Formats: sequence, structure tokens, C-alpha cells
Amino acid sequence: MTTTPPIPSTAASGGPATATDPATDASLAAEAALIERHEHPSDGTYILIALALAVVTAAEVGIFYLKSSSVTTVVLLAMMALKFSVVAGYFMHLKFDSPVLRRLFVAGLVLACFVYSVVFFLFGVFHV
Amino acid sequence: MADITLDPPPGPETPAAHHHPADAHHATATGVSNEKMMMWAFLGSECLLFGALISTYILYRHKAVHGPTPHGLYDIPFTSVSSFVLLMSSLSMVLALAAIQRGDERRLRVWLSTTAMLGSVFIAGQIYEFTSFIRRGMTIKTNVTSGAFYVLTGFHGAHVTIGIIMLLSLVNLSIRGKIPQARSEIVEIAGLYWHFVDIVWVIIFTVVYLIP
Repeated sequence: MTTTPPIPSTAASGGPATATDPATDASLAAEAALIERHEHPSDGTYILIALALAVVTAAEVGIFYLKSSSVTTVVLLAMMALKFSVVAGYFMHLKFDSPVLRRLFVAGLVLACFVYSVVFFLFGVFHV
Repeated sequence: MADITLDPPPGPETPAAHHHPADAHHATATGVSNEKMMMWAFLGSECLLFGALISTYILYRHKAVHGPTPHGLYDIPFTSVSSFVLLMSSLSMVLALAAIQRGDERRLRVWLSTTAMLGSVFIAGQIYEFTSFIRRGMTIKTNVTSGAFYVLTGFHGAHVTIGIIMLLSLVNLSIRGKIPQARSEIVEIAGLYWHFVDIVWVIIFTVVYLIP
């Protein structure tokens, strides 16, 4: 495996190049672009995902017109969570990006869910 | 000499695993650019903001003592179309990013403009909805339910409007040749904001409009 050691450039003498070498930068960029292309879905996949999201939205509206019950509420919430996950995972690339970003966002999300669940308990929205 | 390795081997969180061409010039300890990290931290904090607004609406949704409430006035087919439009704007946004990552600046502008247009359609729909509600007697001061509804959806609308301004600014920058492939990350960061606005609407649409 050829990498870029952080030592003075020896490219002129035929040795490995440093990170400051423009040629190495270009090679890094090309490699990163390759990784990007491999990891991110294609345009066609994005279109299919969007179509699936549209179908789920149509199903949500259909369920709204059914007789309301706790089952329909749970199904609507599940569909909402599915749409949320798909948009965050694929369109926002959380599924493919660094886990650091995922943790950062999920931390905010979990904190919000926890804080407002406590609020709901305090105000009697949830009955235990 | 060809196999000298002084860097640590790439793991799941090492910079090399997640570098985009735009990031190749300044490595960070996390392997993610500071700008992108900042945007995700901002979006994490936005979860708390919108969580507060949605929770307030849920707490007040049945507390109105007089006047019409949003649930009596909703036009679900109309709002469904608005939701569909915003969802499709997320598609055009991700296609814009894919275009600039391929170096296709013309398609970047086409998809960014499409996204801004779809966002404008959504905002126009929201203005129409608010106008319709006000004409039917539900203003922000009518009761606590209407107040919570207008604050929540109004804040979301303000976020969409800011997103449209960001998108149009990107189109302007691209026309001036300031968004080459190597700077595609600024499109990605704007896209993160736009998608977040979309997923917030996914929650609002279900919790506020569809669940009785």
C-alpha cells in the first residue's frame, strides 16, 4: 500500500511524495472522489427512494381517512419515523458519512426526545 | 520504498475513510471538516428547538376554550400536496449535490434552482393556508391552540425561507464560477440544512395534521 508519510519530499529523487505535494493532493482528491462515488447512491437510487417516500406519504394520507384509532396513530408514527430515517440516512448521507456526525445528530435527537417526554409526563399527556 | 507507511492504518473513523476532494487540503482530528461538523451540531440543536415547538402544540392542541381550532380548518389534500412538493425538493437537492460532485456545474444550477422553486411553492402554499385560516376566524391570538400552531408552522416556514435564500445564493455563486467541484462541500452543507427542514416537516405533517 502506498501512502503519504509526513517527511520531507523525496519525489524528485523518485521517493514517496509528501502531503504538500500538488501531485499527491490530486491523487488524494481522486481517491476520495472514488470513495465518494462508491459510497453514495446513484441518481437512480435517489429517485427510487424519493418515489418510495412519496408512496409512504400517500399511504399516510389514506390512513388519515380511515376511522381513527390508536392503531392508526401508531402506524402513522411508524411511517413518520421511516420517512425521517430514510431522508436522514440517504439524502443527508448519515448512513455513509463519519459515525461522528451520526452521533452528534442522534445526541441532539435523543436529548430532545428525552426532555420533551419528561415534559409530557409532567403535563399528563402520557398516563402511567 | 513503495510500501512505506508512516500514517496509522485507516479505520472506520480515520480521515481517509471519509474525505471528500474538497477536504483533502486540511485534515482535522475527526476526519470531518469543521464546517460540516458545525452544521451537524447546529442541526442537533435545532432538534431541541423544533422539539419544544412541537411539544407545545401537542400540549395545547385540545386546550382551546373558544374560536375555531386548526383541526377544524385543515385542508388535508392541499397540505398533502405541499408535503409532497417539499419531499421532492429534497430529491432535487441531493441531485444537485451529486451533480457538483461529478463536476457538472450546469446541472448543479438546474437542480438548485428547482429546489428553490419547490421550496417557494411550499411557502406559497403555507401563505395561502394561513390566509385561509385567518379569513375563517383563526388568528394567532384566537386561542392557545391556534397560537401554538402558527408559531410552530411559522418557524418552520421561516427556516424554509432561509433555505431558499441559501439556495439562490449558491446559484449566484455557481454562475460566477465560485463553486467548482473541489468546493462541493458548501453545497453539501446547504443541503444538510434543506433536508433537515424537510424531515422536520415530515414530523409536523404527521403529528400536527394527520394525528387527530
